[in-house]
Formats: sequence, structure tokens, C-alpha cells
Amino acid sequence: MLIAVLLGFVFAPLWNLLGRWIKGSFSWLPALLPAGLFLYFASLYPVTQNGPLLTSTPWIPSMGVNLDFRLDGLSLLFALLITGIGTGVFIYASYYLKGHRHLDRFFAYISFFMASMLGVVLADNLLLLIIFWELTSISSYFLIGFDHEAAKSRRNALQALVITGLGGFLLLAGFVLIGTVAESFSIAQLLGTAGSLQNHPLYGWMLALVCAGAFTKSAQFPFHFWLPGAMAAPTPVSAYLHSATMVKAGVYLLARFTPMLGGTDYWQYTLISFGGITMLYSAFHAMHRKDLKEILAYSTVAALGMLVFLLGIGTQQALLAAGVFILTHALYKATLFLVAGMLDHETGTRHIEKLRGLRKVMWPVAIAGGIAALSSAGVPLTYGFIGKDLIYDATLKAINWPWVLTAVALVTNILVLYAGFQAGIRPFTGPLPDHHRTLHLPNARLWLPACVLALLCLAFGILPALTNGLAGAVASAIANTPVDAHLAIWHGFNTVLALSGLTLLAGFLLYGWFAPPEGKLQQRWEHLSPESLYRKAGQGFTWFAGKYTRLLHNGNLRSYVFSIITFIILLLGTKILTGVHLYFDRRAVVGGLRLYDVVIFVVTLAAIWKSISTNSRITAVASLGVVGYCICLLFVIYSAPDLAMTQFTIDTLTVVLFVLVLFRLPRFLRINDKLWQDGILAALFGGLISLIALGALNEPTTKETSEFYAENAYLLAKGKNIVNVMLVDFRGFDTMIEITVLSIAALGVYSLMKLRISSDNKE
Amino acid sequence: MKSIILKTASTYLLPLLLLFAVFILLRGHYNPGGGFVGGLIASIAFVLHAFAHGLVETKKMLRFVPSACIPVGLAISLISGFVPMAIGRPFMSGEWLSVQVPIIGSIGTPLFFDIGVFLVVIGITLTILFTISDGIL
Repeated sequence: MLIAVLLGFVFAPLWNLLGRWIKGSFSWLPALLPAGLFLYFASLYPVTQNGPLLTSTPWIPSMGVNLDFRLDGLSLLFALLITGIGTGVFIYASYYLKGHRHLDRFFAYISFFMASMLGVVLADNLLLLIIFWELTSISSYFLIGFDHEAAKSRRNALQALVITGLGGFLLLAGFVLIGTVAESFSIAQLLGTAGSLQNHPLYGWMLALVCAGAFTKSAQFPFHFWLPGAMAAPTPVSAYLHSATMVKAGVYLLARFTPMLGGTDYWQYTLISFGGITMLYSAFHAMHRKDLKEILAYSTVAALGMLVFLLGIGTQQALLAAGVFILTHALYKATLFLVAGMLDHETGTRHIEKLRGLRKVMWPVAIAGGIAALSSAGVPLTYGFIGKDLIYDATLKAINWPWVLTAVALVTNILVLYAGFQAGIRPFTGPLPDHHRTLHLPNARLWLPACVLALLCLAFGILPALTNGLAGAVASAIANTPVDAHLAIWHGFNTVLALSGLTLLAGFLLYGWFAPPEGKLQQRWEHLSPESLYRKAGQGFTWFAGKYTRLLHNGNLRSYVFSIITFIILLLGTKILTGVHLYFDRRAVVGGLRLYDVVIFVVTLAAIWKSISTNSRITAVASLGVVGYCICLLFVIYSAPDLAMTQFTIDTLTVVLFVLVLFRLPRFLRINDKLWQDGILAALFGGLISLIALGALNEPTTKETSEFYAENAYLLAKGKNIVNVMLVDFRGFDTMIEITVLSIAALGVYSLMKLRISSDNKE
Repeated sequence: MKSIILKTASTYLLPLLLLFAVFILLRGHYNPGGGFVGGLIASIAFVLHAFAHGLVETKKMLRFVPSACIPVGLAISLISGFVPMAIGRPFMSGEWLSVQVPIIGSIGTPLFFDIGVFLVVIGITLTILFTISDGIL
């Protein structure tokens, strides 16, 4: 199973290397990858009927992170969707993006995404899961921004990344919390002790953080707006990521955590209210949109809301309904997206009022779209009907307020029916405009995947018992107890059937009588929508960063030094005044003073006086050099020859460097204004450091470290110069990194200076 | 600053200073010295030459851009760290040959590591100084 997950990562760069062939006549080649994986996962179906399949490969055993994968009903359903719909999308894209100059890159991104998504649904370790989770966000960013020359797609890609990235961050915090409390990151172990987290005092935080991750990923209100924005991606991407797979990752997460976090009042209220608001809000929005992909995007958000809502209800019927609805929705929504993509590809527009009567020129597309729309409406003999039945069954048997929940589900279903018909049926009915008469049926690689998916909607709808095993396994995996599924078309005359009929009737009436008004309503409320709030937050942040930078990073070196030193004085000063007891031994300070110490001291003082009293920069720099040399002499006297030698050369080079820099500065400038301010600061800082140094003299120093080096320098490293042995042997790794950092600094100086010189040349 | 005395002196001082730098580099393991100081002294030698003869002359004499020393030095240091791994010791553990070479002393991976540091320091110092003094000297 590890290989199955990693295969996509292996092949992603390969597609790029094989770019020439993929852009040529071998564009079908990448589709073999998801197809092969689909067959592999399908062949594992009988195994999972007897319980989850677990594999483990050591990775970072010291941290308890291993490449653990589990395949149970829930994972299997998602794995089959990812690879199955993936196959269709790969084939579809090979023609949809035919001749695109980055087709190879597209396949690389989408293979990468597929592998990450498989990782999310198969991971049995929370930390592993979060890694794949973030990888899906990143690959989604690349796919939304695939048309990277359009500003809109770049902006929407970033928006999606920010929202899902924020969620991922919170989710990581949640996982760490859960892992720490439960002392295990393994999902298998967490499932084994399911029920213990709900009573923990930090349960509220866990729930909030996990929900934040799931809601951002699955586009729940108020984070829903990135999903319609993500429609800037090429249609195959929308069909794959933003309807069938990635956006369901949040749903997957909630389903996975149902046994561990679910079953409480908090869980129910949070999920039901977020899901309920999301589905009503976005189904209502879907009704008012006229762009095919926008309609589909909002109805997808509604479906995601429905799934969260069902998981929130949490009864066995609801979990079964959620499992079936995941499959139902993936089948019909992917079909509708593929159909929308074909219409866009052939006619060049996605506006529903311009698309009419197209059944006459592309009948297989019309059939696929029609079946999918009927399935989304829940017409009998389609799989959507089964899904809808189960949803009503679940809401009617909910523990709290069954009728309220049923009403919410009913309204959403009616509106979703309307949206589905607008996208799947309306473009094909009515008279064909003249300018569309020249259209012809697109290549089979475009319409075949949509037709296969549509036929599956129909086949499962006529023979729902085919999916009994899978649906049961999914519900069992979510509920963590065995659940049997008995899907059937006919349950006799009951409330559920009446509700289904009511949905269809109301939906048909709405489709017949209601036309979406010109978007005045939207414009009026636009400034309050979550999307514009998000944008304003972004602008505010940029504004704040600008102000902040201008305040602290003003380009005046003197003010940098001033604020840094002031900060250090405040930090050290408060610490010394409040916490540290200082004791000075006067004899240690004055005693043992020799003549050359005094001479060096006097020379240093004179040099310092010269450097602050002079008006010439060169003199100041040279005086500072003298101060440096005096310190070198101190090192020599107090037997630190290595230090003295290095300091001596460094000081020489610093003076040279300073002089060279001075050549580039304006010549006449008062350098000793603000004398008092600088003087006070310098005196404070110097005094503080002297205090600390004197205090340090009296501390009993531990000699262990120096003794270790003195004893072992020759024994272990065969050197007699301890300083050098430390540099090249004991702490050699530090030196390695230091010279690397120095090299980067040199490159930085080089590029900065050369940049300036070349811009001078331009002038 | 093109004084004839400085010019003549620096012509003789350059090889002497370079020799001294190598001497400091090699004695580092037993006596004060090492790659870092050695590299600084060697850079000072070249800087002195540039002050006396002008940057163009020094660059002409060097025949290669000083920044080329940086990757070469880094590579030598890094490889010297990897060599012990070839015989199954951990990364960057010091390995010495048993033979003593006259003048240089014993040869081991820390010596090559130090030579790498020496080259990197020369490369960095000269790159920074030459870049900044471009057009001045």
C-alpha cells in the first residue's frame, strides 16, 4: 500500500521528463497510473470486508511516526473515488488540454495531488495524515493557479492556499493535542480507545481545532468562498479536486474522527449548525448564479454542507446516508463538471443563457448531463434517489428536532435540484442558436468518461444492492461498529417517499417558473460577504506591515543600532536590577595590575577620545582600529595567542573595509550631532557590560568543559592546540555551517554591490 | 596611493605573506594558528598588493575570480567530512594516516577540513573587499 501511495510522487516528475511524448501522441499514458491503482484498490475490496487492512513501514520510530496505512471501508470508498474518477479526469484532460504547452506539468501536478490525496485517506498516523493533508493544499494551489498568467487565477489560488493552510495549521495543533492526550498518534490505537477523549477537559479545544481544519478544507460557511474562487482552475481540476476528492477530505476527517470525538452534544450542534447554514446559504446562492461552473461550485458547497450535517446527526442511518451520499455526489457532480467543461471547450462560453438546444449537436453529452442532473435531483431509478431517501430517513430519525432538520434538508434538496437542472439539462433543451449549428461532437476522450460516470449513476440506481457491501463497510468504519446496509428502491408508501415526491414536485415547479434575477441582491450585500471581509483583512495586514516596516526598517543605520542597544539595555537592566545579586571583590579588580596593562589602558582611552572627538570619518575609523589592536595586546598578555592573531587580522581587514566604504559615503557630514543622546546610551551600555563582566569574575566557574577539551584534544583528536582542535574536530559541524553562512553573506554583498553599480550604469 | 616604496615592498611581501599563511594553516593543529587565521593573512597579502598596484593588476595576477575559492573550499571541507563515512565511521569524525610526512606532520581529514576553511575565508574576504573597492582602487 505504501508503494501505491508513493507511485504518484514517483511518476509526477517522470511526466515532466517525458514531456515531449506526453505533449505529443502519448497524452493517454498518464491515465494508466490511476487506472492501475483503481484496479489494485478494487482487488483489495474482498479483503476489507473482514476488517481493516493495516501495513506499517518504520520511518521515524523514535518519534512514533511510521508510514502506517490502513484500508477500511471509508478509506476504500475514497481510494476508489480518487483513482476511479482520477482515471476519467486524466483521460478527459489529455484531450481537454491538448496542445497546451504545459500539459506535462499539469499531469505532474495532478499525479502529485492524487498521491497526496491517497495518503490522506489511507494514513493511519495523525502526523502522516497532516503531511499529506498539507501536500493536497499545496498541489491544489498549483492546480488552481495552473493558468498562471491570469491575475485572477493567481489570486484565487493564493486565497485557497491561505484558507486551507490556516485550517491545516489549526488541525496540526488539534492533532498534537489529541496525540499528547491520548499518548498515541496512531489512528488504529485511537479507535481502540474511542470514547475516552470526549470526557477530557481539553475536549472543547480538540473539537474546535479539528473542526477548523475540516471546515476550511471542505469549504463550510464562512470559509466557503475559496471554492467558487477555485473554479479559475481548468475544468478537469474542478471536477477532480473541487467536487469529488479534495474538498471531501474535510468530510473524511470528520467521519474518521466520529468514533473518537463524536457522539457529544457539542459535536452535534457544531456540525449540524455549520452544515445546515452552509447548505442553505450556498444552495440559495447556486440558484442565483449564471456561470455553469459557479452554479456547480455552490451546489458542491451545499452537498458538502449536507455531508457535515449528516455526520453531525450521527445516528447509524445518518452515517449510512453520508457514506452513500459521498458516492452519489461524487458520481453526478464530477459528471456535471465534465459536461460543463465540454460545453465551455466547444462553445467558448459558460453562461447558461447563451447555451441552449445543444442536444442536437452533441447527444452523448446531453445524455450524460441529463442523467447526472436527474441523479442530483433524486429521480427514481438514479443513484441520487437512493441517497435522498437515506437522507430523509436519517433526518426523520434524528434525536433532536427531526422535523426542523427534515425541513432544512428538503429546502436544500429542492434548490440543489434546481441548480442541477440549470447545469445539466437547460443547456441541452430549447432551440439551438444559429451560431452553434456548426458545432460537432467532441472527441470520445472528452465525452466517454462523463458517460461512464453517468451510467454508473443509473446502474447503481437500478440495482442499489450492488453497493450494499461498500456502503455497509463505509458506515461500519465511520461508526466503528458493524452496520448492515440494505439499499433498495422500494420501501413501500411512507413519509420518506412522500418527501421525495414533494422535493421533485417543488423542484420541477421552481425550474419551470423561476429565472435567476440580475445579480442586484448580491451586489448590495457584497461588502458584507465573507470573501470581501477576507480581502479587507488582507489589505489591512499589508497596510500594517507597511507602517511597521517604515517605522523600524527606515534605512538609517544609526537608528537601528540605537533601538537595538536600547532594547538590550532595557532587557539586561531590568533583569540585573530585579533578579541578580552582584558582588564585587575589589582586590580582584585592582590587584595584579602591571605597568603594560596601564599603558595599554591609557592608549585605549586616548584612541577612544580621538574617535569621538574627531570630525573626520577616516580618523575615527583609524582610532577604532587602534582600540582593536590594544585589545589584541591584552589577549597576547593574557595568553590567548589564537584569539589575538585572529583579532589582529580581523581588525586590519575591518579598517581596510571601513576605509573602502567611506569612499562611497558623502564626504561632508556632521558625524557628532546628537552627542548627548549617543553619549548617554553608550555610557549606560558600557556600564552595564562592565557590571556583568565584573560579576562574572566572581562567579565560581565550572572547569569541566575546559578540562574535558584539555584532556581529550590529544587523545581523541591528535592535536595539541585546543582551540583549533575544537574548531576542526569537536565542533567541526558548527564550523562547516559557519563557513556556509559566511559564503552566503559574501554572495549577498557581491549581489547588492553589483546591483547598485549596474543601476548606476543605466543612469 | 601608488607609492614606489609600497609597490616594491608589496611585490616581495606577497610571496612571503602567502608562505606565512600556509605555515600558520599547517601548524594549527599543534601550535597557535589554523585555517581561519591563515586565510585572513593570505587575504591581507592580496589586499596589500591591490592597494599598492591597483585592483586590476591584482585581479590579473590572480587569473581567477576570488569567489571561485568559496565553492572549492566548501566542497573540500564537506568531502573531508564524508570520507570517514566510507570506512564506516560517523560523519566528520577525525581520521589520521599513520605515516608522518616531513614538514606537514600527520595527515588526516581535519587537515583537509582546515584547508577548506582556509580557501573559503580567502574567497569570502577577497570577494567582499574586491566588490566594495571596485572602482575605487
